[in-house]
Amino acid sequence: MNQVLTSRSALEMSATHSKDALASHQTVRTPDPDAHPSRLRADGVSVFYGDKQALFDVSIDIPEKSVSALIGPSGCGKSTFLRCINRMNDTIEGCKVTGDITLDGQNLYDGNLDVVELRARIGMVFQKPNPFPKSIFENVAYGPKIHGLARNKTDLEEIVVTSLQKAGLFEEVKDRLHSPGTGLSGGQQQRLCIARAMAVGPEVILMDEPCSALDPIATAIIEELIDELRSNYTIVIVTHSMQQAARVSQKTAFFHLGKLIEEGPTEAIFTNPREKRTQDYITGRIG
Amino acid sequence: MSDLSNQTKAAGEDRHALVRKGLARRHRTEWLFRAAGLTAVILALGFVAILFTTIVSKGLPAFQQAYISANVQFDPELLNLDPAPERQAGQSQADFQAQSFAWQRELAMLNWNALVEASLRDLLPIGFEIDSRQLLSIVETSERHRLREMFVADPSLLGQTVPVEMLASANVDNWLKGTINRELGDAQQQLSAPARQLADEFYENGVIHMGFAWALLTNVDSRSAPASAGLAGAFMGSLYMLLIVIVLAVPIGVASAIYLEEFAPKSRLTDFIEVNINNLAAVPSIVFGLLGAAVFINYFRLPLSAPLAGGLVLTLMTLPTIIIATRAALKGVPQSLRQAALGLGASRSQMVFHHILPVTFPSILTASIIGVAQALGETAPLLLIGMNAFVAQIPTSPMDQATALPVQIFLWNGNENRNFFEARTSAAIMVLLGLMISLNAIAIFLRTYLERKK
Ligand SMILES: Nc1ncnc2c1ncn2[C@@H]1O[C@H](COP(=O)(O)OP(=O)(O)OP(=O)(O)O)[C@@H](O)[C@H]1O
Ligand SMILES: [Mg+2]
Repeated sequence: MNQVLTSRSALEMSATHSKDALASHQTVRTPDPDAHPSRLRADGVSVFYGDKQALFDVSIDIPEKSVSALIGPSGCGKSTFLRCINRMNDTIEGCKVTGDITLDGQNLYDGNLDVVELRARIGMVFQKPNPFPKSIFENVAYGPKIHGLARNKTDLEEIVVTSLQKAGLFEEVKDRLHSPGTGLSGGQQQRLCIARAMAVGPEVILMDEPCSALDPIATAIIEELIDELRSNYTIVIVTHSMQQAARVSQKTAFFHLGKLIEEGPTEAIFTNPREKRTQDYITGRIG
Repeated sequence: MSDLSNQTKAAGEDRHALVRKGLARRHRTEWLFRAAGLTAVILALGFVAILFTTIVSKGLPAFQQAYISANVQFDPELLNLDPAPERQAGQSQADFQAQSFAWQRELAMLNWNALVEASLRDLLPIGFEIDSRQLLSIVETSERHRLREMFVADPSLLGQTVPVEMLASANVDNWLKGTINRELGDAQQQLSAPARQLADEFYENGVIHMGFAWALLTNVDSRSAPASAGLAGAFMGSLYMLLIVIVLAVPIGVASAIYLEEFAPKSRLTDFIEVNINNLAAVPSIVFGLLGAAVFINYFRLPLSAPLAGGLVLTLMTLPTIIIATRAALKGVPQSLRQAALGLGASRSQMVFHHILPVTFPSILTASIIGVAQALGETAPLLLIGMNAFVAQIPTSPMDQATALPVQIFLWNGNENRNFFEARTSAAIMVLLGLMISLNAIAIFLRTYLERKK
């Protein structure tokens, strides 16, 4: 009984607390006249893990056919925000999302939206490469198979080959498509995961620190790949590396303690941050 | 500057010394722990070895049994009986049946013992005097029934003399193997003095010889003819129950585990269910027997002593084991695999069937087989649903009365003819252990095979 009471009062406290925070918190936005139009929008998104609030009222437009980077110190809620976009938070026990995320005006948290379809449209690449313990071919073919994207075997083979080519992996693995995907090097595995995500033909690809487990050479290959993919996909990438954000992204959003502090064109954020916390982070004073 | 580096250097050396000082103690602890572990393993192996050697050394002799090679004459004078009735044209079915029954009754009334006795008398050493009761005591009582069955199967035997390997009685078997003390006085011996002498003489001249005890494997239990008692009925009973447990407990257990682990939202209810499943696994098996008697026998009116009821009770008992082991296997699957599948847009059931189950299949299989093997060895709950009844027929369906291997062991262990059944009990244990070991071997084989294929 006691415990219930305390937990409820804690909830109320955190709720009032977050209201205060809302009142005092304003994202600094630098508009980008050259930005592509946005089909993906977040509006007032808050996320709770049980009683604990991890994101506070985040609103941001993600321009299509470009790369948006989410940066910020560890634990600030970047992954949490990324997971909201394809509703992977649904799979986490006790996670609650409020606010709206819309894709082409349709609310992703609408009750009658099918998450299966949503995740076919919004693919995800995880921080740690996680290929299926199956062959390279089956890894890439799995998505098209379950979504019924290939009419026959040759179709499927074509999808697999083009996806592997787009991910820049085909040349390295073309002789061993039927050996296990888990037998590849870390960087190759990550590119396999990217190929796997692309095989479904998503409009948006979410990447959560895709290079954090890779060496500089593999990282460079993947950065190059992201740059090429940009012309066809909307990409949102979480990264801890300022250089990476600066190199690959057109838009940057800086998170701190669950709040979106500042967002704008990558150039502007890195050369001329308007918020002190952004500047501190970029120059390495908080992290 | 150099002062500072000197200082850190000194501190470094200090730290090294500290580490080195601790090192000896750490190595010693490590060594002690290894030694303790090794001792434990050796002790466990030793106990297992003792267990196996006692059982095997006691049980092996039971696989050999005394036989009497005799020539049986199907003497027409002793078997004075009309030929078996044949159905006449125009005869009604009922009429014919009545006639057949009458013939069979007549057949059973014939003095088959006389046939046995005559064949033994032929073999007596010259001048050996023994009365007919004592003479018949050296052959097992089941043999006269066997002669009758031979005759029914082939009536043309009438008038012929055929060699028959007859089972010697359990008492002769004991006497020859020395399982009964040969020095004991007449009063304490099961066989009379002439019968004992005859057994020895027959054994010497090869009329009685030791052969493989097929009865042990092909016959059902017998009270009146211990030497012909076998495990076939119990074996079939166990097999039926095994099938029922495999068909019911494995799919239900695995499905519940998958549901609880992969689909059910975490709530008070699922927590409650989880706690209760864990508790069920710890419930003594005899309680499941009581439950089975109350539910399956009294309420659902399933036949008493039937493998069906036994199989259901064992299913209940095995379910928690399989559920817990399967859930442990599912918990071992890294979360990243689930995320990979869900992130691609797989539904939850696609995630389970395409990715989780293939990875966990070997462990689920092992868990199931171990659960099933455990059920196979269970005795207590079966006693409560009447599976310790004496059953003189091999069950032909799970609804027939039957007993089970472990129950048979229990029954034989309590048999009053200790001298004879002590070895048989150990032999039955060997058969049961053999079955268990083969089940486990299948599990290990499938596991390694499947893992290599992956
Ligand atoms: N499954 C979870 N359950 C409870 N709290 C969580 C969970 N996942 C994240 N959090 C909390 O939410 C906050 C934001 O976490 P998140 O993983 O989004 O941070 P992040 O910015 O991605 O950090 P990092 O850069 O270290 O990956 C953290 O305080 C974290 O402890
Ligand atoms: Mg993260």
